[in-house]
Amino acid sequence: MFYREAGQFKTSYKKDQAILPIFQDKIAMVAMLLFCFIVIPLFANDYWLASILVPFLALSLAALGLNVLTGYAGQISLGTAAFMAVGAFASFNLQVRIPEIPFLVAFLWGGLCAAGVGILFGLPSLRIKGFYLAVATLAAQFFIEWLFTHFDWFTNYSTSGVITAPPMTLLGFAIDNPLSKYFLVLSIVVICAFFVRNLARSEIGRAWMAVRDMDIAAEAIGINLMKTKLLAFGVSSFLCGLAGALWAYVVLGTVEPQAFDIARSFEILFMVVIGGLGSVSGAFLGAGFMILLPILLNNLGSLITGGTISTETIAHIEYMVFGAFIIFFLIVEPNGLARLWQIGKEKLRLWPFPY
Amino acid sequence: MYRFLSSIISFAVFFIVSVAIAGEHFVPITSYRTGPYGVSGAPAADGYVDYLKMVNARDGGVGGVKVAWEECETAYKPDRFVECYERLKNKGEAGATVFQPLGTGLTYSVIDRLAADKMPLITMGYGRTDASDGTVFPWVFPLMANYWSISTAKIKFIGEQEGGMDKLKGLKIANVYHDSAYGKETLPVLLKQSEKYGFELKGFPVAHPGLDQKATWLNVRRYKPDYVILRGWGVMNQTAIKEAARARIPANKLVGVIWSCSELDTIPAGKAAKGYNCSSLINPGSNYKVFDDILKYVYDAGEGTGDKEDVGHQQNYKMGVLMGIMTVASIEKATEKYGNKPMSGEQVRWGIENLDFNKAKLQEMGIDGLIPPFKVSCSDHEGSAPVKFQRWNGEAFEAASDWISTDQSIVRPMIVASAAGYAKEKGLTPRCN
Repeated sequence: MFYREAGQFKTSYKKDQAILPIFQDKIAMVAMLLFCFIVIPLFANDYWLASILVPFLALSLAALGLNVLTGYAGQISLGTAAFMAVGAFASFNLQVRIPEIPFLVAFLWGGLCAAGVGILFGLPSLRIKGFYLAVATLAAQFFIEWLFTHFDWFTNYSTSGVITAPPMTLLGFAIDNPLSKYFLVLSIVVICAFFVRNLARSEIGRAWMAVRDMDIAAEAIGINLMKTKLLAFGVSSFLCGLAGALWAYVVLGTVEPQAFDIARSFEILFMVVIGGLGSVSGAFLGAGFMILLPILLNNLGSLITGGTISTETIAHIEYMVFGAFIIFFLIVEPNGLARLWQIGKEKLRLWPFPY
Repeated sequence: MYRFLSSIISFAVFFIVSVAIAGEHFVPITSYRTGPYGVSGAPAADGYVDYLKMVNARDGGVGGVKVAWEECETAYKPDRFVECYERLKNKGEAGATVFQPLGTGLTYSVIDRLAADKMPLITMGYGRTDASDGTVFPWVFPLMANYWSISTAKIKFIGEQEGGMDKLKGLKIANVYHDSAYGKETLPVLLKQSEKYGFELKGFPVAHPGLDQKATWLNVRRYKPDYVILRGWGVMNQTAIKEAARARIPANKLVGVIWSCSELDTIPAGKAAKGYNCSSLINPGSNYKVFDDILKYVYDAGEGTGDKEDVGHQQNYKMGVLMGIMTVASIEKATEKYGNKPMSGEQVRWGIENLDFNKAKLQEMGIDGLIPPFKVSCSDHEGSAPVKFQRWNGEAFEAASDWISTDQSIVRPMIVASAAGYAKEKGLTPRCN
């Protein structure tokens, strides 16, 4: 009834190609942004901001990055955490060597370094695909973790191999409390999300999808495979690197290479798969599912039982319920939460008189 | 305006929470009972909780105020630990009293948050070593002995086994360590000592979680070391002891660190572990009043958290009890100054800094002989307690040495230099004078 586009005529190509062609979607997007930028900071306390929303946003960005590669361009990668590590360590090193550099420039540098490394490890994708490519990117994961653990130069000769992010100031404001950190991460993530959404609609994005669906056919219609695949690796790793820098600087503040281990790579891959391959909202839904649900279950567990059963049991129940949810969602909708959302929207268009 | 409103709201939330559990000292317990390190973490958490239960039952709390606690599962992951820290730090009437993360990586992840939150951290026998310099790290307390101090005692112990420190010259010592912040923490001090005493040193990292160490021990065997320092945690230890036997390195040439010193490490290794040495902050044996009290007030009342057999016997359980003792003693000290009401983190910080575990205090707490006397001060957040070495005889741990004092002439200058570097990086002004 409310979600119906009857009467919205597209009279120009520009209108037809708008990022959100349906009027209600525009309103929903504006409402959501207002909610994130105004309502949440008003009502969330420090616990919510610092330990739930900020990590959620940072990992959403990593999932967004992987979604570019796996969801849009169809290249499987198990090296996401490694690219995050490159972003984190590159921005840290730039700031340590040249302390005058603003942290945002350091973040960009981190992203660019990660993009370079990503392209390098993406080279095998020109010859191999599928599971074999996954194994090749796995090499990136192990190599980079090993590199940062064993070469002290990267950690500025810290005795225990741990890097500590320098303090951040933006235009004279110190970014040191949960609220300012939330605004910083939210702004970066929103910009990146619009960037990816636009990229996906552009010639580049269409080329990615063509390669994903059938690379020989794509090549036959004149798409340069090398350029397209490597660009996907570059953009994806750039976003992952940025997410890594956020993880090190904003979420934890102090980070060791083990924070970017293989488990993190898998976690992000699961986010993309559960959230929905090839959609921007899928990255956020997947990250929400993987990050918020365990914490919610854990909090609910201790709230309901009120300390009568041990945290061990709660932790195990958390794993079991979480696993059951994953199986449930993958059976109900193998294409991910984003697809469920899309189906919901299509149903809404016919509501309340479906035919 | 938004900031103002949000702070009002968080105050309101804070108020509601605090009304719910008013009038108690709140102890946040961040434990890990799951994951690859859960096997080591669970008994420690049991000991911690049991001790607090015993204090409530025997003394009615601390200073007449009951002790309340909440456990939060970290799975030994820094990000989950930070979440637990943020969740628990404002609970209780006066906020949380003191955190004990029981993990070096976990410690690092919150050090920069402590000053803003006015929250002390006790990292007994682990954590960031240079935090022993209280002038730069006012909120962190690596009580008793830090990693570097324990390492100097360990080299002394090896010297003792060989019949004198001069015999160390030319020895080959292999350092098999967990490849993480925890494992790497002793590398500088070992290097320094190898220069001083003239022994040869070689490091062998083991990747997390340490289930597969075949290649490592092949290399160790090729190196033909006289002694092997084992620096593991969780499931890595038992694997290492088994692999050492397979590499034909006798167990009595293995010297474990204090986190490789538990029945969980030796029993699964079976016969291979007989003769295995390790350093410890505590004496072996269970004839101490504190364990009798826990059995009497907690287990006899059917309130025990862990296995009854663990009490006074299992090493990690004992370390957990010791964590409880440190927390309670710090709160007690703080109430002496600030009165008998729920203590805040800031007040407890003063309490920890003025801890004095002298003979009388140890007797009063029922732990005389379990740990050596030590004293904390504003600049020395460690106390430099001597270290005990234990040996596994196939059935139980027994003392392998007397209390061996640490060599502060090596450790202290390194700590001061390292902490000064941190202070410079962060722009901190040292305090205490």
